[in-house]
Amino acid sequence: MAEFLTEADAREVCERVMSHSSADAAQVTLVSGLTRFARYARNEMTVSGDASDAEVTVASTFGQKRAAVTWNDLRDTAVEDAVSRSEELAQLAPDDPETMPPLGPQEYLPSAAFFDSTNELGDEDFVTAVRAVTERASSTDLIAGGFIQTRARSEALLNTAGLFAYHQSTLASHTTTVQTTDGTGSAWAGTTHNDWEQMLPPGELAERAINRARQSVNAVAVDVGAYTVVLEPTAVGNLITLLQAALVARAADEGRSFFSRNGDGNRVGEQVIDERLSVLSDPTDPDLLARPFAADGTPLRHTTWIENGVLQNLEYDRYWASRQGREPLLHGGGIKLTGGEGTVDDLVSTVDRGLLVTRFWYVRPVDHRRLTYTGLTRDGMFLIEDGRIVLPVSNMWFKESIISILNNVESIGSAVRVVASESGGLGVPVVVPPVVVRDFHFTVGSDAIQRSELGDVLGRERESSEVL
Amino acid sequence: MSRTRREFIKQSTLSAVALGAVGSDWLPKFGYTPQGTMQGAAFKDLCLVALNAARSKRATYADVRIVNKRDQFVAAQEERVSELQDRETFGVGVRALVNGAWGFAASRTVTREECSRIALRAVEQAEVNSEAIRRPVQLARVTAYPDGRWMTPVRRDPFTVRMSDKTELLLEANRVAAAVSAARFVTSSMYFVKVETTFASTDGSIIEQTLYRSYPSMTVTAVATDSSDVASHTSTDIAPMGLGYEHVEAADLPGRATEWAELAVEMLSATAVEPGRYDLIIDPTNLFHTIHETIGRPTELDRALGYEANYAGTSFLAPPETAIGEVRYGPEFMNVIGDRTQRGGLATVGWDDEGVTADSWPIIQDGTFVDYQTTREQATLIAELTGVSRSHGCSFGESWDVAQLQRMPNVSLLPAENDLVLDDLVAATDRGILIKGRGPYSIDQQRYNFQFGAHVCYEVRGGRITRMLKDTAYQGNTLEFWNSLDMLGGARSYQLCGTIGDAKGQPTQLNAASHGCPAARFHDFRVVNTAV
Repeated sequence: MAEFLTEADAREVCERVMSHSSADAAQVTLVSGLTRFARYARNEMTVSGDASDAEVTVASTFGQKRAAVTWNDLRDTAVEDAVSRSEELAQLAPDDPETMPPLGPQEYLPSAAFFDSTNELGDEDFVTAVRAVTERASSTDLIAGGFIQTRARSEALLNTAGLFAYHQSTLASHTTTVQTTDGTGSAWAGTTHNDWEQMLPPGELAERAINRARQSVNAVAVDVGAYTVVLEPTAVGNLITLLQAALVARAADEGRSFFSRNGDGNRVGEQVIDERLSVLSDPTDPDLLARPFAADGTPLRHTTWIENGVLQNLEYDRYWASRQGREPLLHGGGIKLTGGEGTVDDLVSTVDRGLLVTRFWYVRPVDHRRLTYTGLTRDGMFLIEDGRIVLPVSNMWFKESIISILNNVESIGSAVRVVASESGGLGVPVVVPPVVVRDFHFTVGSDAIQRSELGDVLGRERESSEVL
Repeated sequence: MSRTRREFIKQSTLSAVALGAVGSDWLPKFGYTPQGTMQGAAFKDLCLVALNAARSKRATYADVRIVNKRDQFVAAQEERVSELQDRETFGVGVRALVNGAWGFAASRTVTREECSRIALRAVEQAEVNSEAIRRPVQLARVTAYPDGRWMTPVRRDPFTVRMSDKTELLLEANRVAAAVSAARFVTSSMYFVKVETTFASTDGSIIEQTLYRSYPSMTVTAVATDSSDVASHTSTDIAPMGLGYEHVEAADLPGRATEWAELAVEMLSATAVEPGRYDLIIDPTNLFHTIHETIGRPTELDRALGYEANYAGTSFLAPPETAIGEVRYGPEFMNVIGDRTQRGGLATVGWDDEGVTADSWPIIQDGTFVDYQTTREQATLIAELTGVSRSHGCSFGESWDVAQLQRMPNVSLLPAENDLVLDDLVAATDRGILIKGRGPYSIDQQRYNFQFGAHVCYEVRGGRITRMLKDTAYQGNTLEFWNSLDMLGGARSYQLCGTIGDAKGQPTQLNAASHGCPAARFHDFRVVNTAV
């Protein structure tokens, strides 16, 4: 019983939940659908699975008291209990002066994010995709592991002010890591989209990772310090999501953010990054395709956060907007860093001496206020000389401010959609270009991946002709 | 490892923050009957429906978990309650083995029909997946427990405590902290989890367990008078624990709020650390996290074999045939155990999520690496190397909707057989840095090269603390670090800390694990200034 609720079914459930409410104001949200996955490692499928769920959240408000309860049992008795629990919790809560009345009915932009190609994948399709990678890897004496995840879901929202919102979507991702049997080489590739057909085909994904894995063997250490780097789109995506999280008016206005203006207020109107770069969100953008409303029903539209390097907008939730006399403006609708022209290879060809970075790992904050982060490179770094990749390089730590990175841009390639999350699973739509950045600081070397083999514990049980 | 050390965990009176609230008595592991839970005969019947359906379609093994997981988060920001959330999720997941391949299916609808349907879905997937495997899964033998029951020994169920008691405590703590001059922003919170599971397998076990976790926390942010700088102090000395509301009461946020606020203010005027090499005296509130990252993670067997290469990473401690019994992790007085029995531990259970009884075993013995963390299918892979044919019981599924995988147990550094406490280590150090609390960190995917920041730290000169430092992190590699261990505190300095947000697996699952350790000193280790 896959539980993907249609608009009519979702409305019925939301109304049934709401019928139990006696709060001054309430909001019901409902997320339903089927999530599927397949994992593989050491050139074999390890497990696949699916999970069907429908989860409801009711937020009850009495005056300025509010609380939320989330549950997934839609039977009447469970619904009644959960609504009652949320009201009980709300009435126990102290007044929250930031409580806002529910939003009235809204108009939403259409976002056609549901694709049958993703929804109708069968068990055999997953196995076929996995084998397209593992068989290529094993035939070339390499080891592949990876993860495919898909979901089809609907999201609905109903509140006591008469607002009803509904959106349905699919989403898929496929990531793979290919390693050499001696453990000295490793590379990663990933692809994601709402539409399975618009993703890189599994064989092509495999080829990318295989080629880079071969190139990455026997990496050498280079001196730490400042380098010109070519950041592949995934590496840029790892960083840009952190920038988006900082684009918040309240933190800026309260003096807690990079976007705080010294003395008072925020930096809207100031040049903050390179003038060739713009940052925007748009749930209807065919590259992004996201839910067109925020968690409280606020419509999401095309929003330019940074235009030609100038900070244009910061997020205002409904409370902060009302306090500052502004219209609410919320994150959502993905994130896009506008690009230029050219592929990663094109950018590499412009660099006399530098490093090519595939992606980052364990990116962690050092200084929130300066948007400074530290982290490591992972699964493929290469020395560039005279416009060509000449040598694989050991991973290194970096420490950089995202603002500095986006101010030190030399050139910009074409934007593409990337798997930006470290987990390699489904996430916020992120579209970013590869970039060339000067003075990117690497602080310490790391010999990770060059240290160990994966071992022969499993191999002892196999035919000698089989490749791990 | 001597019996004294092995038994330490069970016998010691742990620190006030760790286990003081519940004392040192141990409840029996088994036969403890959950009261008032929703588990019962009906769930056992549904489990059997699923198992029979799987068996009828050629599954050689199947297990089923009916899980009800409830969590609650309450937070206060300054004078208002900012979050009040209660989440409950209920469903059933079935894992089936066909032709040596796994399949999994799960549903929120827990009926006879749906249990049967998802069991068949798991079998269908396993059959298709068996076209893409190279080595059929083999499971280590396990004892059947047809009527197993276990419950985290809590004194006070957090979900029965009135919400107003919780919010009043948080708001009072915030008021106390805000009274400290320059303390501008204050947040405090409580997080509770209760997981009720009915597990059954075709190996004959039917096990009911109820697990609890509690985590009170507080952060105070001080702002310089000219707004030029901010500093935040978080109560990193209060650990999440496998305990009930008694842990919140013992943590005493209102009673300690002034101390934390004053630390935040003091951090504004701390001196930037001079990079260099120092003797590091590391408090358990920081060292636990280094244990988590540099011992807990690399000793997970699935990482070492490459099963987590695509996300969580691999391990420098590989391959097993050259690592087990060979790698000198640290000095001879270094002993580390994997454990799922320690009272108050976040990973403490009666059985793991494939019906293996909770275990406690050496991972590092007298300084040498001797064993990994394993599940049933992993134990068979290294049995010849370790001489251990049973699983160490590290199977874990975060909830009903995800398949089990190997996850970290409590991994703890045992104290030395002495009476040394943190102050003794400081007194014995001529030029060093005292490090407390978990700070920003980064570590490579093989868990070898790292940088761990301090939350609060102090310069030590001539055996005395002289001033507070800031922007401090120690940097190096795992083996270099542990082999620089030159002083280890005794049981009096032991503290059980832990983390509830350990991510691994695809789809990502969050695990919770505790790490106990004494205060320890590391000789001549590299320190960097993170602000430079």
